[in-house]
Amino acid sequence: MTSIDDVRTRAVGAQRQRRAMSTGRRGDRIFRSAALGSGVFVLVIMAAIAAFLVWKAIPALQENEANFFTATEWNANGDPPRFGVAQLAFGTVMSAAMALIMATPVAIGIALFIGFYAPRRLAEGLGFVVDLLAAVPSIIYGLWGLHFLVTNSQGVVEFLNGVLGWIPLFAGDSVGGQSIFIGSVVLAIMILPIISSITREVFLQVPTAHIEAAQALGATRWETIRLSVLPYGRSGMISAMMLGLGRALGETVAIALVLSTVAGINWHLLEPGGNTFAANIVRTFGESGEIGRSALIASGLVLFVITMVVNMAARAIVARRKEFV
Amino acid sequence: MSAPTLSPKRGLPGGQAIPATSGMRRLKDNIVLVAVYVAFALAVIPLASVLYKIISEGVQVLSADFFLRSMNGIGGRDAGGGIYHAMIGTLEQVALASAISIPVAVLTAVYLVEYGQGNRLSKVISFFVDVMTGIPSIVAGLFVLAFWILVLGFEVSGFAGALALAVLMIPTVVRSAEEMLKLVPNDLREASYALGVPRWRTITRVVLPTAFTGIITGIMLAVARVMGETAPLLLTIWVTKVINFNPFDGAQSSLPTYIWEQAGDPNQVAVDRAWGAALALIFIIMVLNFGARLLARRTSIR
Amino acid sequence: MAKRIEVSGLNAYYGGFLAVENVSMTIEPRSVTAFIGPSGCGKSTFLRTLNRMHEVIPGARVEGRVMLDQQDLYGERIDPVAVRRVVGMVFQRPNPFPTMSIYDNVAAGLKLNGVKRKNELDGIVENSLKGANLWNEVKDRLDKPGAGLSGGQQQRLCIARAIAVQPQVLLMDEPCSALDPISTLAIEDLIAQLKSQYTIVIVTHNMQQAARVSDRTAFFNIAGTGKPGKLIELDETSKIFTNPTEKATEDYITGRFG
Repeated sequence: MTSIDDVRTRAVGAQRQRRAMSTGRRGDRIFRSAALGSGVFVLVIMAAIAAFLVWKAIPALQENEANFFTATEWNANGDPPRFGVAQLAFGTVMSAAMALIMATPVAIGIALFIGFYAPRRLAEGLGFVVDLLAAVPSIIYGLWGLHFLVTNSQGVVEFLNGVLGWIPLFAGDSVGGQSIFIGSVVLAIMILPIISSITREVFLQVPTAHIEAAQALGATRWETIRLSVLPYGRSGMISAMMLGLGRALGETVAIALVLSTVAGINWHLLEPGGNTFAANIVRTFGESGEIGRSALIASGLVLFVITMVVNMAARAIVARRKEFV
Repeated sequence: MSAPTLSPKRGLPGGQAIPATSGMRRLKDNIVLVAVYVAFALAVIPLASVLYKIISEGVQVLSADFFLRSMNGIGGRDAGGGIYHAMIGTLEQVALASAISIPVAVLTAVYLVEYGQGNRLSKVISFFVDVMTGIPSIVAGLFVLAFWILVLGFEVSGFAGALALAVLMIPTVVRSAEEMLKLVPNDLREASYALGVPRWRTITRVVLPTAFTGIITGIMLAVARVMGETAPLLLTIWVTKVINFNPFDGAQSSLPTYIWEQAGDPNQVAVDRAWGAALALIFIIMVLNFGARLLARRTSIR
Repeated sequence: MAKRIEVSGLNAYYGGFLAVENVSMTIEPRSVTAFIGPSGCGKSTFLRTLNRMHEVIPGARVEGRVMLDQQDLYGERIDPVAVRRVVGMVFQRPNPFPTMSIYDNVAAGLKLNGVKRKNELDGIVENSLKGANLWNEVKDRLDKPGAGLSGGQQQRLCIARAIAVQPQVLLMDEPCSALDPISTLAIEDLIAQLKSQYTIVIVTHNMQQAARVSDRTAFFNIAGTGKPGKLIELDETSKIFTNPTEKATEDYITGRFG
C-alpha cells in the first residue's frame, strides 16, 4: 500500500536526483543535438545542392535561344547564347553504357574468381589488388588513357572496325585516336572495381547451406555457382552495375582528357570526338562568362538528376533484397 | 502407404558404381574456369600498365628541384619547374576538407547508430548518405561554385576547393564510421550504462575509442580518395603557377589539377611533368591505402 | 540400387587438425545405420567423407579408403562431383534453393544430369515427391517457391530433391534437429520406407531417434577437446542399446556423460 505522501516524497526524491545528474543530462542533450544536427546537415547539403544548381541554372536557361534538350551545339558564351545538351547526353550515355557492357562480365568474373576459384590466401591478396584499382585517381587514368592507351590502341581499334564495321557504331573511315570507344575503355577500367567489390560482397553472403545443397546433388563448380550463387546474388549484381553506371555517367577528368573536341553527334564510336556533361564542364569552364557558367551549371543539374535517379534505383534494389532475403 | 519404386531410367555404364561426369558438363565447367581466369587477367593488365607507365615515366623527371620548385616563370616549352605549389595546395585543401567533414560525418554516424536506431529520420539520412556517395564529383564542384562563389560572392580559393572535397568526403566517412560503430558490442554500452555513466559519455569514452582504429582506417581511405579528385577543384581553386600558402585567399594549385594542366599541354616536357606529379600523387595515395590496410588488419586481430 | 559401403583406415583432417582417426566399418545396403556420440566426436565429419563433401571446406582432406561396391570413392580417377551424384545428402537445416519453385528444386539435380524432356521430368518429380511423402501436400502448388513451405515440408522437399537423382546411398546429417516433433515423426516414417531401396546413414543427437529408426548403430567418441574422434563400436541397434560391448558406449547410452 502506498499513500499519496509516499508517492510525493518519491517524486521529489526523483526530481532531486535528476538535478544531481543534470550535468550528465545536459551533456546528453548537447551531444545528441550535435549528432542529430550533423545528420540533418547531410540532408541540408543534399537539398542545397539541388537548390543552388537550379537557382544558378535559371539565368542561362532564360537567355538560351536554342532548345536546351535537343540542340547539339554548345555556344553558351555567344550573343545570343545558344546551347543544348543533346551531344553531351549522347556521349555520356554511350560511353557509360559501353563501359558497363565491357566492365560487367569482367567484374563478375573477378568476383567469382576471388570467391570461388582462387586459393583462399591468394584471394585475399587479389581482393586488395582490385581495391588498389579503385584507389587510382581518375586524373591518372585520364593521363594514362591519353598518353598511353590512345597511342597504343590503334591496331585494336582498326581490327574492331574491320570485323564489326557492319554495325553502325563500329563503322567509320577515320577510326582511332581520341574516340568515345577509348573513353569507354578507360571508364570500364574505372568502374570495374566498384562492380566487382559489391558483387564480391553479395557472393560472400550466399549461405553455405545453399552452396552445399548444390554440391551434394553432384553439381560441378560452375553448376554450383549457377544453381545457388547467381540466383541469390542477382539483385545485388544489378545494383552493383547501376552504381558502376552512376560512376561512369559522372566521371569527368579521365573522359575529358581522353576525348577530343569535335562538334556534333557522331554515331561512329571508334572515330575521334565526343563529349559528355562532365567533360564539357571542365573543358569550357575556363573561358566561360557569367551566362556560360550558368549554362554549365544547368548541364550539371541534368547530370545530377540522372545520376541521382540511377543511384536511388540501385539503392532501392539493394534495400528490397534485404527485406526479401 | 508404400513407397513408389523409382526404377533407374538409364543403366550405369560398365556396371560401375560411380558414373563419370558427362564430358559436356566438364567442358562447361572448364570454359567457365578459363573465363574467370581471363577476367582476372583483364583487371590486372591495366593496373600493371598504369603503375608501370607512371613509375617508368615519372622517375625520369624526379629530382629535388621537382619537389622544391613551383612553376613560376616556367613556360609551356621550358623544362624544369616542379610541384611544390601543388603539394602545398593539395595538403592544405585536403586538411581543411578533413577538418570540415570528419566531425560532421562521425557525428552523423553516431546519430545513425546510437540515437536514430532505425527511426524514420535515420532511415532518410542513411538513404541520402548512400545517394550522396553517388554524386559525381563535378557536381560537388558546381555546387560550391554556385553557392560559395556565385551566390555568396567569395573568390576562388583553396578553401572553396576544400568545401567541395568535404561534400565528397562526408558520405564515405559516414558509411565507414557507421560500420565500425555497429561492430562495437552492445555489452560494452550496457556495462557502461550499468555503472551509471550517461549516454554521451558512454559514446565518447567507450564506443568511439573502441571503434577508433576502424574509423581512422575509413578516414584514411576517404582522404586518399579525395586527394585525387580533380574536377571539383578545377571549378573552385582555379589555376596558378605560383606558391600560395594561404588557402583562404586567391587561386591555389593542387596535384591533380597540376596533372590536368600538364597532361593537356601539347609539349612533351609538360607531359613528363604530368607523369612526375602522377607518381608523387599515387605514392601518397598508396601509402594511405597500405597504411589503412595495415591498421585494419591490426584491428581485426584484436 | 542400394550399395554396401566399406570404409577402411579413414582419417579426416581440417588443415593440420585430425578430426576423425582410423575409422573402419561396413555399412549394409537396404538398412539404416545411425551415428551417435557426443558433440564434436566427428560423426558429422565422418558422414561428410562418405560423399566427399568433407573436402569442400578449405584445407580439409581425407586419408583411407571408402569402397562403394568395389570402387574406391577416393580412387585416383574418381571425380568428387560424380560421387555426390551417387551418394545423396540431406542436411541439418532444410536448404531448398530459395529462388526456385518446388518443382524446380526437385528437378535441379536431374537437369544437371541432362534430363530435359518435360514428361520425363514430370514423372520423376512426382515420384520423388511421393517418395518423400510430400506429393499430396504440394501437388497443387508445384510452381510456388520451396522456401514457402514449413520446416518439415522443406526437409521432405530436400529429401525428394536428393532421391530424384536416384542415388544409391542417402546420407542424413541430423535431419530432424531443426524440426518440431510432428515433422520429425513424418521424417522418421519416411526413413523407414526409404530403407527398402536405399542405403541410409543418419547422424543424430537423439538416442531415442537412433533406436527408433536404425538397424545398426555406430557410437563415436573423443578422448578430449582437440583429440580426434574415433569409432568406438558398431553393432545391431538392439545390441548397442541393451548390451553394448564397450564400457564407453554403455556410459553414453545410460546418460552418464555427453
